[in-house]
Amino acid sequence: MSMDIFLQNIANSITLGSLYALIAIGYTMVYGILRLINFAHADLLMVASYIAFYGILIFTLPWYIAFAIAIVLTTLLGIGIEKAAYRPLRNAPRISVLISAIGVSFLLENIGIVAIGARPKSFPRPSELVWNIHVGNISFLSLTIIIPTVTLLLLVAVTLMVKKTKIGMAMRAVSRDFETSSLMAVNVNKVITATFAVGSSLAAIGGLMWSMQYPQVDPLMGVFPGLKCFIAAVMGGIGSIPGAMLGGFVLGFCEVMLVGFFPAVSGYRDAFAFVILILILLFRPGGILGENVVEKV
Amino acid sequence: MDKNKRSKNILTIMVLILVCGLLYWSQINLNSFYIRILNLAAIFAILGLSMNLVLGFTGMFSLGHSGFMCVGAYTAAILTMSPASKELIYYMVPITPALAQIEWPIFPAIIAAGLMAALFGLLVGIPALRLRDDYLAIATLGFAEIIRIVVTNTVSITNGSLGLKNIPSINSIWVYWGAAILTLLILKRMINSSWGYAFRAIRDNEIAAEAMGISIFKHKLISFTIGAFFAGIAGALMGFLITSVDPTMFRFLFTFQILLIVVLGGMGSLTGSVISAVVITIMMEVLRVVEQPMSILGLNIPGLSGMRMVIFSVLLLLVILFYRQGLMGTKEFNWDWVLGKFDQIKSRRRGEAA
Repeated sequence: MSMDIFLQNIANSITLGSLYALIAIGYTMVYGILRLINFAHADLLMVASYIAFYGILIFTLPWYIAFAIAIVLTTLLGIGIEKAAYRPLRNAPRISVLISAIGVSFLLENIGIVAIGARPKSFPRPSELVWNIHVGNISFLSLTIIIPTVTLLLLVAVTLMVKKTKIGMAMRAVSRDFETSSLMAVNVNKVITATFAVGSSLAAIGGLMWSMQYPQVDPLMGVFPGLKCFIAAVMGGIGSIPGAMLGGFVLGFCEVMLVGFFPAVSGYRDAFAFVILILILLFRPGGILGENVVEKV
Repeated sequence: MDKNKRSKNILTIMVLILVCGLLYWSQINLNSFYIRILNLAAIFAILGLSMNLVLGFTGMFSLGHSGFMCVGAYTAAILTMSPASKELIYYMVPITPALAQIEWPIFPAIIAAGLMAALFGLLVGIPALRLRDDYLAIATLGFAEIIRIVVTNTVSITNGSLGLKNIPSINSIWVYWGAAILTLLILKRMINSSWGYAFRAIRDNEIAAEAMGISIFKHKLISFTIGAFFAGIAGALMGFLITSVDPTMFRFLFTFQILLIVVLGGMGSLTGSVISAVVITIMMEVLRVVEQPMSILGLNIPGLSGMRMVIFSVLLLLVILFYRQGLMGTKEFNWDWVLGKFDQIKSRRRGEAA
């Protein structure tokens, strides 16, 4: 492999890794608080992309307004999902909540298929955001710089919010101990709503950037990125935000490099993430940055 | 007590004869389309039963069923296809010589499919069953996906993404419903055995069960492997029903339908799974209407493909949100239950008369 291709792969893996990291944060925050894999999180990517798609193509809005509307609506949808499908099951067995999450995810995907059709459509890349950059022999898209930058800014913002603000402190309290924090006058429902709002808006931004990088939208586009981002969150240590970032970058890097160095196994690319997941769960269930917790009676 | 048991046995045999008569009648009188739907219902009943053993009775949330079905379907298909059609179908990459000349009869192939799926279940279960709840769900989902991807890529064995065609076809309703009834009886025996008690103890409280001396891992593995076995058999039957298999068939969608059947029928009720498998399969066909173009009051509505799955997802959400026990809860449709109902009605009558 020549140096140029190697650098190209590095650039690709940073882009993919930042997308994974951004979406993984939503999983890790929700899991940290509700101990729930929010399967619907993956489909929020799709919802955001489609809103932007229709905003730009049908309503001919400027891209920034379409993007803003997409982020706001997706955030509201995320909050709504929690209120309608997860809150009534707060005291139910965990399996019931998980089934509910799968139901919501399937509902969104199939509403997508009914309303939009299963055929992939090409996403209109705003020309202000996407252009080619040439450095020496390598040429890459401006997105290779934009996506990691946006991701890093958002990661810093989320970390500051969790560490410094009052609502962030409440989130940490609730994720450590649900009941005690509600006894300490933390409004648990409000905290959960805030968590879903942050997670969903990150998913929306992730979805928009995803569909610019891989400019195609279809109703099932969220499924694989969603699963992989969950895997990234588990890899880094679920519940931990730095862990989600680390997991996202490591997974993106491994995937791109696997295909780059061993083109023969590229058919197995999607299986690779699951193999990593299973190895992590077996040998270090807490993840890279997580702590191992033994369940007590 | 003894007399009671004997009369129940007689009742069971009578019901079996009645079912056989019904099957006989439908085999002769129904057209092939309806028979096909009934056969599909039988396959879904087997799948529902096997997932219920794992999810409803042992409390393990496994989403790997489509993977085990895939193993079963491919095993049975490769074993039963004639060498001539194998040569025809594997035109991209010829089949491995070891498999090229094999042509088994159907019944051993179905059993072999089950055993192969059980072997995979064992191999998946040994690492995966150390996990619980949602981690188990996502790990088994991952394994199912890995199985599918491996099947897509091992072209010399499975013909890759082109899939297999010309699988011998079975139309007889006896094979499908025979397998379903056999599955029901075997699983009923199993959950009333000491294994069954151990499964339910694990479901209700794993730590307490362990304290009572139940080997958690062993029983989980048994339950999971048996579940995989029946999923493999259902996969094999699926291949014989539609005479072709390809890797995209065994997506997560399949597991979702089985999950819907189990939740609707009641997690922890075998007869509930059978009833809801029949209901859901028939609904799936009836609701095809909503996907056809239609005109209501002069309004032309184009066909909405995907509408059925919207309805099913809403159904799943409604059941899980408002009626979590499903149709049957953990109750079974058996003679104790039926006779109990009779007694209730009798005593109510007596109360009214007095």
